[in-house]
Amino acid sequence: MQISLSVNGTTHDLTLDPRTTLLDALRQHLGLTGTKKGCDHGQCGACTVLLDGRRVNACLTLACMVQDQPVTTIEGLGTPDALTPLQQQFLDHDGFQCGYCTPGQICSATAMLKEIAAGWPSHASADLTGPVAVTHAEIAERMSGNLCRCAAYSNIVDAIRQAAEQQGDAA
Amino acid sequence: MKPFTYHRAQTLTDRPDGATIIAGGTNLLDLMKHEVMTPEALLDITALDLNRLEAQGEGLRIGALVRNSDLAADPVIRRDYPLLSRALLAGASGQLRNMATTGGNLMQRTRCPYFYDRRMPCNKREPGSGCAAIGGINRNHAILGTSPACIATYSGDMAVALRALDAEVEIDGPAPRRVPLSEFHRLPGDTPDVETALRPDEIITAVLLPAPIGGQQLYRKVRDRASYAFALVSVAAIIGMENNRIAHAALAFGGVAAKPWRDAGAEALLIGQPPSDALFEQAADLILKPAKGYGGNDFKIPLLRRTLIATLRDATGMEATA
Repeated sequence: MQISLSVNGTTHDLTLDPRTTLLDALRQHLGLTGTKKGCDHGQCGACTVLLDGRRVNACLTLACMVQDQPVTTIEGLGTPDALTPLQQQFLDHDGFQCGYCTPGQICSATAMLKEIAAGWPSHASADLTGPVAVTHAEIAERMSGNLCRCAAYSNIVDAIRQAAEQQGDAA
Repeated sequence: MKPFTYHRAQTLTDRPDGATIIAGGTNLLDLMKHEVMTPEALLDITALDLNRLEAQGEGLRIGALVRNSDLAADPVIRRDYPLLSRALLAGASGQLRNMATTGGNLMQRTRCPYFYDRRMPCNKREPGSGCAAIGGINRNHAILGTSPACIATYSGDMAVALRALDAEVEIDGPAPRRVPLSEFHRLPGDTPDVETALRPDEIITAVLLPAPIGGQQLYRKVRDRASYAFALVSVAAIIGMENNRIAHAALAFGGVAAKPWRDAGAEALLIGQPPSDALFEQAADLILKPAKGYGGNDFKIPLLRRTLIATLRDATGMEATA
């Protein structure tokens, strides 16, 4: 079937089998291999991309169902010469070892910080209606959909926390 | 994944016969990848106008397409139905909650590993083939309402809160109707493949919440890791106190049956009484009287008992003891 996808600001017209997931469309048909395939069952978060600015698992999304929603992948978040503040913090805090989960971690954390800014509570929030403190427990809970096989979690949390503080200072 | 034809519905009545509805897709696509579900046609309903959350009478009408994350974060839900926010936030991951819908969450299938494994017998997947979980690895399985045909659990969290909140499911079809959440999910009996009251020609359009009832609302979920895991057991509790006595009690349990479990007798036992460990133990005894372990899940019986008592202590404001 004919599918039109808007990815990182560019519209692509593709002919795809309806079974094609957004993940496979990105990697195999658009050559955007920054988004990774880990488990392909929504359990690891390596495929996390932003759909209309919200984080989702691309492996459990059919490409044909998201034709009207802009997709942002890791390729659309900063460049090697112009990193986003979060990407810079991942470098500064050594927030990875092998790096395979990193694009998913960064996409997920980018959207997660917006969720906190919007006041969304989490399972770790003592109060459902109060302001959210960007604590270690909050970050760990909110990032639980992104696994890191190298267990770089400690540095990932530090990187996100620093980026959140910068964001708070800028606001 | 088996091939299917794809249709995008523009109206509620735009429904090809036999098409399987897809919305968030978080469970259905996973099952299609495992070829446990092999629909010949998919009906994408995400363009339908079912994503509003609005007042209805003294309660709320939650459109079937409202995403779990939006529902959990909604200011009215957080203020008036905190139990629902808590249950939603205890489930899945941030990514999945952004995708999963209210209607789809009710329709999720069991996570019994034998249901997912097509090489193994499963009466839910293939009626008449047997149940590999009975006598097999059944650590995550049900202790209440089981049958010789099936011991799978309903694994969601949202519906457990909805059961305690006395929600209803709004259904469209040849004869539009409302089904109390208590009657929406089915116990396995002889037909574990029939999981809900929804008929093939029907569609969930909304979940209806009655007027807010206040009280202490707690959702306590016990699982193998601190986040992003299904419940071993969970307890949804709404407790209203008056003059140091329990004036209102609604208790629902997850991870223990094929549907969110509730026991009116135990609630009646609590009402009018001052809180005490002895009272909570009596309630637990009553709830667990029909419980049956299958070996691997025997631990769920004492686990549910302790989780209930701990939750009731918190909800009634009893001082914690060592």
